[in-house]
Amino acid sequence: MGEYIFNQNHLLGIDHLSDKDIDTILETAESFVEISTRDVKKVPALKGKTVVNLFFENSTRTRSSFEIAAKRLSADLINFNSSVSSLKKGESLRDTVLTLEAMNPNIIVIRHSASGSPYYLTTFARSSIINAGDGFHEHPTQALLDALTMKQVFKTIRGLKVAIVGDILHSRVARSNIILHRKMGNEVSIIGPPSLVPREFEKMGAKVHYNIEEGVKNSDVVMMLRVQSERGAGNYFPSIREYRKHFAINKKVFSMAKKSAIIMHPGPINRDVEIDNTLADSDKSFILQQVTNGIAVRMAVLYLLKGDFNEPIN
Amino acid sequence: MSLLIKNGLVIDPSTGRDSVSDILIEKGLIKKVSEKIAEKGIKTTIDAGGCVVSPGFVDMHVHLREPGQENKETIETGMLAAAKGGFTSIACMPNTVPVNDNRSVTEYIIARSHEVGTVNVFPVAAISVGLDGVDITEMADLKEGGAKGFSDDGKCVMSADLIRKALEYTKMLNVPIIEHPEDHSISGEGQVNEGFISYKYGLRGMLSAAEEVIVARDIILQERINSLLHLTHISTAGSIDLIRNAKKKGIRVTSDVTPHHLLLTEELITSYNPVYKMKPPLRTEQDRKALIKALNDGTVDAIASDHAPHTFDEKDSEFEYAPFGVIGLETSFNVIYDRLVRKGILSVSKMIELFSTNPARIMGLDRRGVIEPGAHGDLTIFDPEKTFKIDNEKFVSKANNCPFHGWEGKGSVVYTITGGEIAYQA
Amino acid sequence: MEEKIKAKIMDEKKMMRAFQRMAVEILENNRVVENLVLIGIQKKGVYVAERIKKLIEEMENIKMPTGILDITLFRDDLHKHEQQPIIQKTEINFSVEDKDIVLIDDVLFTGRTIRAAMDSIFELGRPASVQLAVFIDRGHRELPISPDYKGKYLPTSRRERVNVMLKEIDDVDQVLIMEPTRF
Repeated sequence: MGEYIFNQNHLLGIDHLSDKDIDTILETAESFVEISTRDVKKVPALKGKTVVNLFFENSTRTRSSFEIAAKRLSADLINFNSSVSSLKKGESLRDTVLTLEAMNPNIIVIRHSASGSPYYLTTFARSSIINAGDGFHEHPTQALLDALTMKQVFKTIRGLKVAIVGDILHSRVARSNIILHRKMGNEVSIIGPPSLVPREFEKMGAKVHYNIEEGVKNSDVVMMLRVQSERGAGNYFPSIREYRKHFAINKKVFSMAKKSAIIMHPGPINRDVEIDNTLADSDKSFILQQVTNGIAVRMAVLYLLKGDFNEPIN
Repeated sequence: MSLLIKNGLVIDPSTGRDSVSDILIEKGLIKKVSEKIAEKGIKTTIDAGGCVVSPGFVDMHVHLREPGQENKETIETGMLAAAKGGFTSIACMPNTVPVNDNRSVTEYIIARSHEVGTVNVFPVAAISVGLDGVDITEMADLKEGGAKGFSDDGKCVMSADLIRKALEYTKMLNVPIIEHPEDHSISGEGQVNEGFISYKYGLRGMLSAAEEVIVARDIILQERINSLLHLTHISTAGSIDLIRNAKKKGIRVTSDVTPHHLLLTEELITSYNPVYKMKPPLRTEQDRKALIKALNDGTVDAIASDHAPHTFDEKDSEFEYAPFGVIGLETSFNVIYDRLVRKGILSVSKMIELFSTNPARIMGLDRRGVIEPGAHGDLTIFDPEKTFKIDNEKFVSKANNCPFHGWEGKGSVVYTITGGEIAYQA
Repeated sequence: MEEKIKAKIMDEKKMMRAFQRMAVEILENNRVVENLVLIGIQKKGVYVAERIKKLIEEMENIKMPTGILDITLFRDDLHKHEQQPIIQKTEINFSVEDKDIVLIDDVLFTGRTIRAAMDSIFELGRPASVQLAVFIDRGHRELPISPDYKGKYLPTSRRERVNVMLKEIDDVDQVLIMEPTRF
């Protein structure tokens, strides 16, 4: 009675979660971290459930992370990649999903280059939908695994200062992280050239900096985003060389952050582009722990959504 | 061949008439307008008691899709939709397949429209061959074939030199150049208005400035050339300022806005529903307010629907992959009347100017948009109290990509009369 | 569900005696006390286990390894819930391999929790033996499970609920039988 329940049919974005939902996912994920250290890394929680990995963009890491997560929960899993799908023959997303749903899956994990595609699915699909990254919009499980990593280091996910550096404009990881940390009441600064960090992001509660040393100052976490060289071609910045000079993290820049600060990166990293090689491999870097935590967070999300058939939203 | 409309409140801003009058139409033309006309010898009589009789509405920006994309709309279904929405005349844009860039396509559209209905269809031909923005079309020949204006709509004329030449050349033709103002090098792959919402929802944006730089460019050229320049589907407060100042300086420029830009804002795209995807995109509340203000101060001359039909399957997709455009012929009057006129934002007479008088004038439609003896018998009769509920299952248009689905209100067309014939009756 | 107290079955004193008896019985049954480990099942089994651990440690002057087990993921009724039950901590900081395990819970009812607990423990390793200690055995078993140690056998009707209250979380030591006020 009056007790909190996790009441989400889908995981479309961090935007839809309450801070209590986020706490619950992180706490649940912590339990799964323990399971992943056992000899037998498998529990029967989702026995008999079917998870579909529906990936329209290549992403070996996210896809395999969901795959391992589903399997450790004893769910059955199908991988459906666009390259081998009928989409090339012009089948619509609706028809693809309805075809898959005719096989009665419980959860569909979707990665798609078009922002909002997971929302579109919820208008007709009966499964629980998990957004594994949609366009430039959100990548909620990434932000959650980042948060879990921070919680493990700082023993709390509140009262932190998080600096995010790079191509904010085209980054779903940045958006999900900004939203998550603002919900938890953390300070967020976003850093990059003005062409990739529009001022309007301040309306999301993040502080915009064009100078990396200022932005990183007193941070607990410095999160580096992957620089996509093709953005340079779009004239967002002139060259990797110039970008590196102003927005890469090295020991000197990192020294502006708190003594206890850590470096994170959603991967894959460009060594010696956005991140100095020695820093990437230092004990300040939690990049690999992020990957490990990805499985626990995805197990938590798969477990909490469970994936009973849902009525479509409309 | 006579039609008498009795007891209606006749409102015609161009003659200043605003009184209960009878109208007699004979052989397609208005014969007489006076307080009381005897019914003797009249073939058909319509009692318009309680209704407003307006000069026939003109929608100067419609996509009929025929020839070439008859799966979206045909000339016939587009005309039916127009009649149902109260439009006696529509101007159709040239981005068909093939493009209306030669006389045979123009003539086909006109001939086909005569075959299938009575609503007047006035083709707008392309400015550039194939809409490619390179070579100017045979404008004089197109005009002879029936083209009432020129536009590369759907695309902007990106070459300032080309738009200059088009404006100069059409001076001898006395037909408008209708510009779709969008600097494609700025708007690029944009999906929605660029700003906080596009950033937060991860959709590529189209800056207001993409529209405004073209509005400014064209006004500057027009100031020198003094041809007929019409800027269509204006959507930003900045464009409004530019047009207002131009008009103040006496530069000959006209403009239209759409009902969706007058009534909807970018907030709606947060649902990722492609029904809210169009060009120009839905803008901010500040822009919307500026457009409404501009209706009343004469900066904006006309309301046009930019009726852009697409099939259900095309619009039923990921936001990014859906085509741009919404339909409007069957809903423009309803939503404008209920949300602007009934709310006291727009007077009935001003609304009629925007729906009939001005677009007829801009398109150079002879003896249309006016109720006086000798004018064409094109009338729109609407009942200000009759309720409507917009239902996208019930359109006569082939398409249902309408952003006003579910809207209810008062103010419905009860008769559309074209050339003295009843084209639509509720 | 609204419920009211039907009867108070045990007070602090009676409970203390029962805990002591259980601790003694566990020691008597397990000659090699060094091989013994306790595992409390979330949630109240954890506190019951703590009580027994303290008593054993006092009597034997040893450190009694005690773990916490959450069996949620091994429940057989997960698919029946509207929402997923929240997972609590599992914390077993010792190997269960070849250990004599005493599983501890507050109330033994259908036996399904214990089934899940055993499945869960066997995922952690292969113990030498598993014994079961419950503070209240209220009957109505649905599986072939019976306790090796119990504080009290308390026959109840199915619609009733047994509430083992413990100072650590309830501010008072007592055992109540609750019944619903309406159907």
